[in-house]
Amino acid sequence: MKVIDKIIRWGRLKSPWIIHFNTGACNACDIEIIAALTPRFDLERFGVQLKGTPRHADILVCSGPVTRQIKDRLQRIYCQMPEPKFVVAVGSCATSGGVFQDCYNVLGGIDRAIPVDAYIPGCPASPQAIIDGVVKLLKKLEESE
Amino acid sequence: MEERNLKYPIGPRHEINVPSDFSFVPRAKDEVRVPIGPQHPALKEPESFSVALRGERIMGVDVKIGYNHRGIEKACEQRSYIQDLYLVERICGICSHTHATCFAQGVEELAGLAVPKRALYIRSLVGELERIHSHLLWLGVAGHEIGFDTLLMYSWRDRELVMDALALLSGNRVNYGINQIGGVRRDVTKEQATEILKAVDKLEEQTKYYIQIAMEETTLIQRLSGVGKLSHDDAVRLGAIGPTGRASGVDRDVRRDDPYAAYGELAFKVVTDGHNDVYGRTIVRLGELLESYALIRQIIKNLPDGPLAVRAPRKIPAGEALSRYEAPRGEDIHYIKSNGGEKPERVKVRAPTLANIQSVAKMLEDRYLADLPIVVAAIDPCFSCTDRTIAVAGRGAMNWEELRRYGIEWYRGQGIDFSRLSSKLGRGA
Repeated sequence: MKVIDKIIRWGRLKSPWIIHFNTGACNACDIEIIAALTPRFDLERFGVQLKGTPRHADILVCSGPVTRQIKDRLQRIYCQMPEPKFVVAVGSCATSGGVFQDCYNVLGGIDRAIPVDAYIPGCPASPQAIIDGVVKLLKKLEESE
Repeated sequence: MEERNLKYPIGPRHEINVPSDFSFVPRAKDEVRVPIGPQHPALKEPESFSVALRGERIMGVDVKIGYNHRGIEKACEQRSYIQDLYLVERICGICSHTHATCFAQGVEELAGLAVPKRALYIRSLVGELERIHSHLLWLGVAGHEIGFDTLLMYSWRDRELVMDALALLSGNRVNYGINQIGGVRRDVTKEQATEILKAVDKLEEQTKYYIQIAMEETTLIQRLSGVGKLSHDDAVRLGAIGPTGRASGVDRDVRRDDPYAAYGELAFKVVTDGHNDVYGRTIVRLGELLESYALIRQIIKNLPDGPLAVRAPRKIPAGEALSRYEAPRGEDIHYIKSNGGEKPERVKVRAPTLANIQSVAKMLEDRYLADLPIVVAAIDPCFSCTDRTIAVAGRGAMNWEELRRYGIEWYRGQGIDFSRLSSKLGRGA
């Protein structure tokens, strides 16, 4: 591995910037994601920072079942993210559709629209679970590269 | 850069719920249209705005919502009352207890159940804890919108105290699942009550500090004063409710005007304010926090003994019920119609944001673009509550006959012909 590759890899692992996108969630997972970033849980100690635009982000954190209305926008945001990119599905709805399965306007989990790298179940997923999921994703990246 | 292969190809666009006048094309010569959303850093939920600007001034705003529409009302008709209770709880993750209690109250009214007093008190207790968590959350979001991130971090740190209390009481941080039709599922033990009181004491101290900030901090006062003006008359005319209305002097609170749960027996003050702006809405919410602390102390002190629930029938007698509940954001209304079966015939939800969103256009008139995030955030919008219906673009409302014909034609287009199938089945039988 060249020195420059090592530096890039180190940078990626130590500063995974995230973008949060609500794909039709009930707000519960969204506030738990924000709670994970605030002082009690403080996800920022792993270098995680919440960004406003997909073009700055490495990890797309999605919550909620994919509604028909939001599917196009989700795929567009996914395409706007630079490589390498990863998707984390937070909550039962994001993993499988949850209680909203079979609703006429719901497609199901996030993986019905874009590929997913990590699933964090729970209704809603607690901040501890979200931190655990993100750390596991980082570990997976470390091993894979 | 190479695009990762999309296993799931981008299909045809779904052109649904686009209001016919929603576009980003300027309509006047000196007008600039700024698209905001559906993905944007200011608000956590997807919604789309098309803001017409002349210079920095907002000339008009078109709103496109419906991204969070999941079809819960229809799903309620396909599930039993007990399943529905948990489904309506997931209409909104911030005021989950609101919707569950509102629904349970309606069903109890239909079934004629007398809910035990202890259950009513526990419902009020969880409701007030929820109000505290929602208002602290709002305070942080409002701080974030005006670039005062320290306030966000402070209030969210303190919010964890009430989240702990809720987790202690119900076992979950957000969707509590405390209700059942005919009562509540979990009791409050003495130890839990002491822990809650401890948290409330600490929160009260912190809230007084926030009130001091709101009263003395010049930057906060100057940023919020005069922003998002809504006069008393406009608030009444546009039907603003909850803290949004109360900050414009609309003295309405379902807890006092139409008491439910234990509120009829509790003493509390409805906080109103005459500032008519975002600053007033902050004052009202902070005042309501103090009222909620006092209410929780009263509830725990006067908690009556007795059973937690009465047995509810599986089939609910036919009839209609309208249930009201004062959510942290305003009045929440559930309409439930039963036909005597195990499943409701119709469930309709009117969430508080739907009543308040009308007034946002008035608040934004001739204001600066930079005020848009805080003005929208000041009504504490919840679009997952609000997105209850979608209209299919290009087709107006259809009656039953048209809808049926449309369904048959759509399936024929997919190569499925039920009429041929049924005639085949008929011959086979």
